[in-house]
Amino acid sequence: MEDAGIFVILVSSILVNNFVLSRFLGICPFLGVSRQVETSIGMGMAVTFVMTLAGIITYFVQKLILDPFDIGYLQTIAFILVIAALVQFVEIVLQKMSPTLYEALGVFLPLITTNCAVLGLALLNIQNKFTLVKTITHSIGAAIGFSLAIVLFAGIRERLEVADVPVPFKGFPIALITASLMSIAFLGFTGLV
Amino acid sequence: MDLNNILLASVSLGAMGLLFGAGLAYASQKFAVEIDPRALAIRDALPGANCGGCGLPGCDSFANAILDGSASINGCPVGGPECIKKIAEIMGVEADESVKKIARVICNGDNKKCKEKFEYFGIQDCKAAAMIAGGSKSCSYGCLGLGTCVKACQFDAIEITDGNLARIIPEKCTACGKCIEVCPKDVIDLVPFEQEVAVDCNNEEFGRPVKEKCSVGCIGCKICVKVCPFDAMVFSDNLAKIDYDKCTNCMLCAEKCPTKAIYANFEKRRKAQIIEEDCVGCTLCKKVCPTDAIEGELRAKHKVIEEKCIGCGACEKKCPKKTINMK
Repeated sequence: MEDAGIFVILVSSILVNNFVLSRFLGICPFLGVSRQVETSIGMGMAVTFVMTLAGIITYFVQKLILDPFDIGYLQTIAFILVIAALVQFVEIVLQKMSPTLYEALGVFLPLITTNCAVLGLALLNIQNKFTLVKTITHSIGAAIGFSLAIVLFAGIRERLEVADVPVPFKGFPIALITASLMSIAFLGFTGLV
Repeated sequence: MDLNNILLASVSLGAMGLLFGAGLAYASQKFAVEIDPRALAIRDALPGANCGGCGLPGCDSFANAILDGSASINGCPVGGPECIKKIAEIMGVEADESVKKIARVICNGDNKKCKEKFEYFGIQDCKAAAMIAGGSKSCSYGCLGLGTCVKACQFDAIEITDGNLARIIPEKCTACGKCIEVCPKDVIDLVPFEQEVAVDCNNEEFGRPVKEKCSVGCIGCKICVKVCPFDAMVFSDNLAKIDYDKCTNCMLCAEKCPTKAIYANFEKRRKAQIIEEDCVGCTLCKKVCPTDAIEGELRAKHKVIEEKCIGCGACEKKCPKKTINMK
């Protein structure tokens, strides 16, 4: 993907290499906050915001700190540090600047701190040796992919609530089966890029 | 091993940590949102079970609701008087002594006492059953006993008896009001925990129609209203209701009720006892006793006639020397 075009990166991160459905990152919030479309949209927005910022900042951390000092092995811990601090910062600022949005995002914000999708994104950006522009594109694409998956899934789950599901499958079992079917459906995009 | 490597790693990571830490510290100062310290104090005073008994999503939101005045300080049904006292202290208001209450199913018409209109085979839920001609019970005010309240109760405080009636287990009930909300028949009421007498009927019809449907219904004869020495019986909608503030648990009404629609726990009936050494023979207690259960002449020691005493406690309140105990 090193010399892939920006559009290709965008499409591939949204559909082909969807973070949730084909990379299996960020499964926890995917299952946890997908009961209602409304809350899943909130989660998607929060993740989009944090992912984009995290992607950019980790890029600079890698280029300006880790690479020059040749301490690439500290990547994971350094990125976690960045993400955690970032989420905290966003939370503080939001609480002051936009209490309504803060209320709407609620518990999802702190949840993102431990969202492996964000860390996975930061690590993938470096692994693929993206430039800054491509990093941003990839980050936004991945975030949109995550939001798309979680909102679609929430829509299905809302219907499942009222569906006549056999008792042993009620609740999480049917949700997991649904998730796997969605994953298979997204497999259909392979070869698009 | 290269010492430089370790140094570089720790310094760069440490510097990053410091930088972020300082940034966050600065941000939290700069963007500080004032949180009322009382909110935290109230939350600490609450049980913290997040049960939702107050009608709000959790203890946190209840604490906030108290602060903005949308919830009263005794809104927590679980915490009890102690919790209310603590919150009152934090808010700087007087705690009104709230009596511990429990829910009570005010229907005693089980499947033997109350006739059925038809056999019901539908969804086992009171709400669904109530939609079909008001339920299978001939009395359209009574408990259907399909357990909608049991499902709503978070404290396992309701059971269905063999006679198809919901019954509240007083020790477990927290008076959260969930069952009252879901009951389609409005046949659950809040009564004080100490209350030993209660009208167990919800039927607002009068006389014969009640009698025909249920053998333990309130027919609206008003005998209890007349017999109550303390004016604690209120009569409205063809139904006797007890004013719990005035009721002394003397159980006279339950004794006199012709259909036994009033429940009374006679085992818990109290008896007056006079400490003879301290009695000065003022006859005040004798005068106040509604059943003439105290005998004795002026300036002579008084005695309680046990069989007549109904344990209302009127004499105890009246005695100037505090020589009467209720047991």
